[in-house]
Amino acid sequence: MVERRLSGLPASPGLAFGPAAIFRAIGEATRAKGPVASERQTLADAVAAALEAVTALAGSLEGEAADIVGFQIALLDDDALTESAYAAIERGEPAETAWRQAMAEEIGGYENSDDPYFRARSADLADIRDRVLRHILGLPELTQAKTGSVIVGEDLSPSAFLGIDWSQGGGIVLGAGSPSSHVAMLARGRGVPMVVGIGPDWRSVFGVIVVDGAAGTVVTGPSPDSVAKARSQAGALGAARARAEARMGEPALTRDGTPVAVMINVAGMADVAGFPVAACDGIGLTRTEFLVEQALRDEALQYELYAQLLGWAAGRPVTIRTLDAGGDKPIPGYTIAGESNPFLGLRGIRLSLRHPDVFRIQLRALARAAALGPLKIMLPMVTAPHELEQTRALLEDVVGELLTEGGACALPALGIMVEVPAAAMAVDAFDAAFFSIGSNDLTQYATAASRDGSEVAPYADVLHPGVLAMIARVAAHGAASGREVSLCGDAGGDPRLIAALLRAGLRTLSVSPGLLAVTKAAIREVELAAPGPAA
Amino acid sequence: MQEVTASARLINTVGLHARPSVKLTQLAKRFAARIEVATSAAGPWTDAKSPVKIMRVKASQGEVLHFKASGADADAAVAALIDIVERKFGEE
Repeated sequence: MVERRLSGLPASPGLAFGPAAIFRAIGEATRAKGPVASERQTLADAVAAALEAVTALAGSLEGEAADIVGFQIALLDDDALTESAYAAIERGEPAETAWRQAMAEEIGGYENSDDPYFRARSADLADIRDRVLRHILGLPELTQAKTGSVIVGEDLSPSAFLGIDWSQGGGIVLGAGSPSSHVAMLARGRGVPMVVGIGPDWRSVFGVIVVDGAAGTVVTGPSPDSVAKARSQAGALGAARARAEARMGEPALTRDGTPVAVMINVAGMADVAGFPVAACDGIGLTRTEFLVEQALRDEALQYELYAQLLGWAAGRPVTIRTLDAGGDKPIPGYTIAGESNPFLGLRGIRLSLRHPDVFRIQLRALARAAALGPLKIMLPMVTAPHELEQTRALLEDVVGELLTEGGACALPALGIMVEVPAAAMAVDAFDAAFFSIGSNDLTQYATAASRDGSEVAPYADVLHPGVLAMIARVAAHGAASGREVSLCGDAGGDPRLIAALLRAGLRTLSVSPGLLAVTKAAIREVELAAPGPAA
Repeated sequence: MQEVTASARLINTVGLHARPSVKLTQLAKRFAARIEVATSAAGPWTDAKSPVKIMRVKASQGEVLHFKASGADADAAVAALIDIVERKFGEE
């Protein structure tokens, strides 16, 4: 086999070496129709296989995810779901067409409902539809890929990523995609090497391949020489990681002795399972995007999660971001459907203030949990000071209400995320207890380069002097006014960027738990006094 | 054979949504009786053991669920189904 090198964009560092598992989208597959009896059997087998796959998945899930899968199992197990599809097969339709039509009708019924709870379920139906279609068309489900494989495809959804077992390594190579997409963020958090944007060449990839996630290259048909080199590089990377992990529990000081606090970003208790709390300086960001559907209005459930995180952190600060819906995170019935540019639309605090009934529930849960430990509230997408003040008034009102009810509560510190350039430039206009820089969105907005487009990915550069100047401005304001400034975007866990961030004045970073060790190792390499590319 | 009927108002916030529907059908399947459900005493009636059909009913909070059962354990079945609706499916 001839060795071939393909170039793309680096999306998640690390070296992967394994068999390519080609992930083809459903739209690309075709099949020949057989006689009625065999079409009938094809559908029956596909439904049975999908049911088996979903049932296997159920064992490893809990909470809302388990409920969703439980619902999918109940539907797949119900003959009423396939009734009209079998009728269509009897009329001579091929299995995939019969199934598609039956599901289109079922999904349409959900989508046309006035009730947002029912509309939201249409996504589960679409998931079932696609699972069964993959079996009909003979396309493997991703969850069936051998562990340690390199997933190769046009694009990959976050939910598909989460369904893959990464415990034995593996990597990702995408024809399209972007280094700042949600799935790339997940890959960095899990330490899965990833290259995006290699173009249509992904279709010709097969066999064992080498993925260099730091260089953004893919080698197919690697020569024995390349294999040996990849092995030794992977070994060196592994050794560096092991060294970093051995010192994970030690504080992070730069070469010249300046301490840097390193906190972690989480979305729930599952993210801290097995993580040594003493290794971090607290939780710098808790994403509360689990707040969909029922949970949106479930104060007890929210309180329970916040209380658990505070218990885990054992006296360290726990920063909780209020619901950050909108943008690439829609919630049916809550976010606005059909915005022409959702990233510039109703997102984060803008939406929360438009749904005060829902927002109050979260604020109540937060104020109650604040009685248990140092909980801090962080507002996303703040643009103008009145948004902070409106929230403060709501929060004080909620605390008053709780006191009247006689329950335990406290007024948590109220801070903002700095991710809108106008807010960064006018940071001294905000009377916030703390500031946390959301570098992903700040960079996307400041460089006018979308997070999900691979064509513009090189523009979305945190090292752009304009972006660094905004970060430096916020850091300087924090130092002068005695308010904590941290950074909780992906840049904080990227060893190539850490020196520039510290030189811009940041002394607190918050990163995925999986990146804490390498972040601390990178901080220890920084010589703050040395002249750097950015001051 | 005797037909047993009873009704209860849906008082849980989300109505006969995904999780409540799954709970309701799972409970119904524990009984041998033929059990049907409707949002009006006049029907149309839906098989209470089919989550797919129950979800098509799209019953929201405030609507009244009518149950109709026939078979040896029809009494117990209807009593159990009324109870789970009144207990808000054990969720709130």
